[in-house]
Amino acid sequence: MGAAGRETGQGVTGTLRKRTRLITALVGLSVLASACVSGAQQDALNPQGPYARKSYDLFVPVFWVAVGIFVIVEGLLLLFVIRYRRRKGRPAGVPPQIHGNNRLEIAWTILPALILAGVAVPTVTTIFDLARRPSGQVLEVNVLAHQWWWEFDYPNEGIVTANELHIPTGKPVVLTLCAVGLGYGKQPTPSSCQPGPPQGAPPAAVGDAVIHSFWVPELAGTQDVIPGMTNQLVIQADRPGRYSGQCKEFCGLSHAYMKFAVVAHTPEDYAAWVRNQQADAVMPQPGTLAATGMDLFLNGQCIACHAIKGLQDANGNPLVANGGPDLTHFASRECFAGCWLRTDDAEQLAKWLDDPASVKQGSWMPDYGLTPEEIRALVAYLQSLT
Amino acid sequence: MASVSVPAAGTAEGLLRRPRATTGFWSWVTTVDHKKIGILYGVTAFAFFLVGGVEALLIRLQLARPNQQLLSPSVYNEVFTMHGITMVFFVVMPLSAAFINYLVPLMIGARDVAFPRLNAFSYWVFLFAGLFTYSSWLLGGAPNGGWFGYAPNSVLDPTRGMTFYAIGLLMAGIASTVSAVNLAVTIINMRAPGMTLFRMPVFVWMSLVVQFLLAFSLPIITVALVELLFDKRFGTHFFDPVAGGDPVLWQHLFWLFGHPEVYILILPAMGIVSEILPVFSRKPLFGYQFVVFSGIAIGFIGFGVWVHHMYAVGLGPIANTAFGISTIIIAIPTGVKIFNWLGTMWKGDLTFPSPMLFAIGFVSMFVIGGLSGVTHSIVPSDYQQTDTYYVVAHFHYVLFGGAIFGLFAGAYYWWPKVFGRRLNETLGKIHFWVMLVGFNLTFGPMHILGLQGMPRRIQTYPKELGLTFWNLVSTIGAFTIAVSILVFLANVVLTQRKPREHEADPWDGRTLEWLTSSPPPEHNFDEIPTVHALDEAWHRKYAETEDGRVVPVPAGGSGAGSEAEGHGGHGGHGIHLPSPSYYPVVASLGLFVLGYGLIFSWWLVALGAVVLLAGLYGWALEPSVEPSEA
Repeated sequence: MGAAGRETGQGVTGTLRKRTRLITALVGLSVLASACVSGAQQDALNPQGPYARKSYDLFVPVFWVAVGIFVIVEGLLLLFVIRYRRRKGRPAGVPPQIHGNNRLEIAWTILPALILAGVAVPTVTTIFDLARRPSGQVLEVNVLAHQWWWEFDYPNEGIVTANELHIPTGKPVVLTLCAVGLGYGKQPTPSSCQPGPPQGAPPAAVGDAVIHSFWVPELAGTQDVIPGMTNQLVIQADRPGRYSGQCKEFCGLSHAYMKFAVVAHTPEDYAAWVRNQQADAVMPQPGTLAATGMDLFLNGQCIACHAIKGLQDANGNPLVANGGPDLTHFASRECFAGCWLRTDDAEQLAKWLDDPASVKQGSWMPDYGLTPEEIRALVAYLQSLT
Repeated sequence: MASVSVPAAGTAEGLLRRPRATTGFWSWVTTVDHKKIGILYGVTAFAFFLVGGVEALLIRLQLARPNQQLLSPSVYNEVFTMHGITMVFFVVMPLSAAFINYLVPLMIGARDVAFPRLNAFSYWVFLFAGLFTYSSWLLGGAPNGGWFGYAPNSVLDPTRGMTFYAIGLLMAGIASTVSAVNLAVTIINMRAPGMTLFRMPVFVWMSLVVQFLLAFSLPIITVALVELLFDKRFGTHFFDPVAGGDPVLWQHLFWLFGHPEVYILILPAMGIVSEILPVFSRKPLFGYQFVVFSGIAIGFIGFGVWVHHMYAVGLGPIANTAFGISTIIIAIPTGVKIFNWLGTMWKGDLTFPSPMLFAIGFVSMFVIGGLSGVTHSIVPSDYQQTDTYYVVAHFHYVLFGGAIFGLFAGAYYWWPKVFGRRLNETLGKIHFWVMLVGFNLTFGPMHILGLQGMPRRIQTYPKELGLTFWNLVSTIGAFTIAVSILVFLANVVLTQRKPREHEADPWDGRTLEWLTSSPPPEHNFDEIPTVHALDEAWHRKYAETEDGRVVPVPAGGSGAGSEAEGHGGHGGHGIHLPSPSYYPVVASLGLFVLGYGLIFSWWLVALGAVVLLAGLYGWALEPSVEPSEA
């Protein structure tokens, strides 16, 4: 997924990459480790924005302090094993019975305490630093965690999307995160993650929600998403690119399949993206396979859960999302189904429509027993929704 | 009370005649001898270790390559959950209990624990808790919400798995709470004359700290589990935010238990290592008081660090700062222990039989787990590491590299005491080196995997994340560990076939258990030793000359050597020992049935309650004093 976007900024991050490699090399085998790192997409050692970098900048010095202590302790252990082993030819007498040494005890209590105090100071300042809401212009996005996919709601832009969070570079993005259950979306105003409690999200929205955790390591640390609680997290990307993220808190059957991507654009590209997302869905040419797909979509079960902006149901009402992703610009996204499948791969789309649970066990999208012809038409329609 | 000579039982007005078997199946079922119970704990826990190990291998097979579907998500979730529950509650805790049960009375010069029948009850409840939890595989699905069982996922899950989890762990908690009280009373009240608190071996000290940790932390998880059970079975709303409940409540309760639990798992192993390093360095433990006090300090501070499991919950910067600092602080007493173990080896006369190898392995691996633990106190750094394989690596370095290495060290060390035979040295060394290599291959790469973006508890991962190579290495490591365990099993089988050597003191030991025969007689000591010093057994063998050299005491010189032959002296006649009893196993069987009742039928609850009450009444009315001796 998204290898293309990631090549940008490779040169600028060269020094960071080197440090990353240095660390992994020390932990394991250097050659193999660095080969792996260059292919990694979700790498906490490859911060790509100021918030991720704050975590990283603490980890690196602490890592080296730990390496130092490791070398000293294991070195002493090895030294004593060699130096004081019983040797042939040495009289096997009983060694002097040393019971301890108070000065040493005080030393190895105070010294580590001092080292740890030194580490604690930047830790505390960074905790408060990260908790501070950024001043100045920010982008606000509500993040709704479903079982098992992510929905992104831009309240000021009027955009709702799924699996991919698009952001402009160089601007802090304040995410308001809430966990929603199956009942979510039945409310007349969907896709709002009101700050609370006590107002809280609408009760039905959290009734059967579970805990998730939002993590896109190259842009920020982790933030749990907890039913009945509204958490915030700030992310920011320095450079355009595609950053992989994943649900980190075990959330039931398909926890492993709850991935997402953050796509960072230059401010200009981002504005273009916003304009495209605000538009109604593209209408297929009459008589095409895609048009057949649209009819199937409107007259079948799809609209029970999914919305497409610009379409009306049989009674002339606009479609309202009810637990399923908004599909208005489905084909403008690279991935779907918890970012496990690609939208441009007709085969994967067909497989999903045929039997969603075969991709994501427990998926709430039912198998409607669609015929291969119906699936082909729906795939054509979905892929036309740019 | 009966005596070791055949008791004239059956004349008093008990419900049943007291059992009289001294060998064979019924002697094990009815035993109240702390040594037999210790062996039962050990064998049962080791069997669970093999089962939990197979689960680990299944996990590693599933993760060996990306996009695998060897185990479906539903099966995978059951397997990793059961692996965790098994290793924590049915392996490391009862293995520690095995050592504590067998050794503490011997080390403090007692004839048994304070409440021998209660001790048997603890074991049987533990066994039934394990069987109960495992029976879920056959009765609608195993627990599948992780050993940490986070609500609301555990409540909302439609299967019975997490109900089995709640009841199974409640039963295990009863077993541990009962035994905690029993062993704490034993250590406080039943020490031999002269054994002041600060003449107790460090293993006994650590056992005492663990019993207090259990007694104070288990009630907390009991509350959590009862609430979970009520939410699941009776539709209450403890963890339901819509009805005013709170999902985070579970996390506070679970980790307020869960973090002391970590020290419940590791402190006994630290105690074992603190016994072994001095013996094979032929020096006393360096800084005995500091090792003891750091253990106590760890016990106290261990109750104040639980939020470091919850930094990402959103409790705010002040909570995260406070618990970050308490987590930093707990590193200090841990460091003190490590430095004192190094000090023990310094200027020693070191030999390296298997127990010493495993003890040194413990120290060196635990250092790694301790250091990665310190990185968790760096809260912003933990924002990245939390819930990744980095954490999996960390706690396996503590609980496998620490606890399991320590427990194997103890197994090799006390095997000759328990079974009268030394385990084979060559196989022991092969076991150690293969396990050390396998262990590091398995868990070392997990540090890298976690930092490269592999979250915990995922059934599979896409190839694009670049996690394939280290996952494969880790899987190979897991099977290497399995090979080392087979070597250990072979060693046990081969050793059992050898004739007994009956060496009372094969390692030139320092503590009281080496004064009695191997295996010890049922009454432990013909004559309760009088203790004059820390490392009493050593001081009976060696004395310091005026110029500071240590020389052996001439045989018989101290006049304290007679205990070395267990069957000498009085031959055990006239020593009062508790008689075996049917009631502990009956009462625990009642709990077992009651557990199923809570899931399946109120009739079973009633039946279980009747059996439990019958067991308790029989227990209470059982004649405790032989009429002939009253």
